[in-house]
Amino acid sequence: MEKTIETDIIIIGAGPVGLFAVFEAGLLKLRCHLIDALPHPGGQLMEIYPKKPIYDIPGYPSVLAGDLVKNLMEQILPFNPGFSLGERAENVEKQEDGRWCVTSSLGTKHLAPVIFIAGGLGCFEPRKPPIDNIEYFEDKGVEYFVRNPEFFKNRRVVIAGGGDSALDWTIYLADIARELALIHRRTEFRGAPDSVEKVQKLVDSGKIKLITNAQVVGLRGNGQLNSVVVKQDSGDEIVLDTDYFVPLFGLTPKLGPIAEWGIAIEKGAIEVNTLDYSTNVPGIYAIGDINTYPGKLKLILCGFHEATMACQSAFKIARPEQKLSFKYTTVTGIEGLPL
Amino acid sequence: MKENISITVFDRDGQRHDLDAPTDMGMSIMELCKAYELPVEGTCGGMALCASCHVYVLSEHELPEPTDDEMAMLDQAFFVQENSRLGCQLKIKEAFEGLQLKLAPVGQ
Repeated sequence: MEKTIETDIIIIGAGPVGLFAVFEAGLLKLRCHLIDALPHPGGQLMEIYPKKPIYDIPGYPSVLAGDLVKNLMEQILPFNPGFSLGERAENVEKQEDGRWCVTSSLGTKHLAPVIFIAGGLGCFEPRKPPIDNIEYFEDKGVEYFVRNPEFFKNRRVVIAGGGDSALDWTIYLADIARELALIHRRTEFRGAPDSVEKVQKLVDSGKIKLITNAQVVGLRGNGQLNSVVVKQDSGDEIVLDTDYFVPLFGLTPKLGPIAEWGIAIEKGAIEVNTLDYSTNVPGIYAIGDINTYPGKLKLILCGFHEATMACQSAFKIARPEQKLSFKYTTVTGIEGLPL
Repeated sequence: MKENISITVFDRDGQRHDLDAPTDMGMSIMELCKAYELPVEGTCGGMALCASCHVYVLSEHELPEPTDDEMAMLDQAFFVQENSRLGCQLKIKEAFEGLQLKLAPVGQ
């Protein structure tokens, strides 16, 4: 069901920089709402390296990435930020009243005069094998995720990949699909030994077909996939009839839909003015790893600074009738925002 | 200060680039390529997560064994060959003198 959220600043990306922006905005009595494609806050710190220590956060000789996120969440709690988690920011539109409307992948609408893009590396999207017509066959037999296993019931499926996800889905779908083949580029698998053993048993019992030292190099079909071309290292090519091709090669960070928003982008990063980290579109700012400017350093601590400066500038847009007075937290303390 | 070494990188058009590389900064091949503005994205910042710094090792140098993280990434990357490495995982040291590399093609 579609819902509409109104706030002062829409923050796209709930990584450390997006989270800290809530704090700096809160000091100026600006409310924030965060959108993140991941189901939890923390961005890559939580997703990729929660147990790794970070040594260059001022005041912390060493802090685990996961703990830094936990602390940031505690720090912004008084300001009651809203979250749209597990939703990807898809589309941005200027409203008649001058505000922005950001629509998420789940159809949630977010209205605010200001947007902060704190998207870090971008969204993690499936890595697509380099097959010429693969995009043509998307939703016509090529699936990058197994969203609903029943979808493949009694169908012919070809899975490609050698990691845990390829092995796990091979095991799972072996009982569901009518025919199943797993294609792997190497001989050995890097997945969990237990899964490798299970797959081998399925092969031995003739339940699935395993082709190693091979890659899918071609897709065939007329409007709908009907076969894949598998090339072996020996040079031989095999054509496998199939209804679905499921390449499982992990995720790779991509800028995603933001690239289509009319914001100036250079080499996959958003160009900003270092005065206030604004983009070329008034009201849209970019902070943290996703922006670029002369001398840019992709550091969390630089992102914190960028967030702070952007909030000061955003205040003028969100509260044009008010005067901004800069205060120290040691003087004023932290006064929360109402729910 | 230690003397710099020379590393040769062939770009995706086959163009040869002889790069002057410092050995005392813990710089990686990925960072070196970026410093010389070769078309290497290094999207993930050197955490063996994106394979945008995938290179082929052309010379016979003995390089440090790939870590599990690097192997796992190479397993998911494309255009992988026996001599594939991730540039971000190769920290430049004196033993790399004369190393020859080629940038691997980029996928979609």
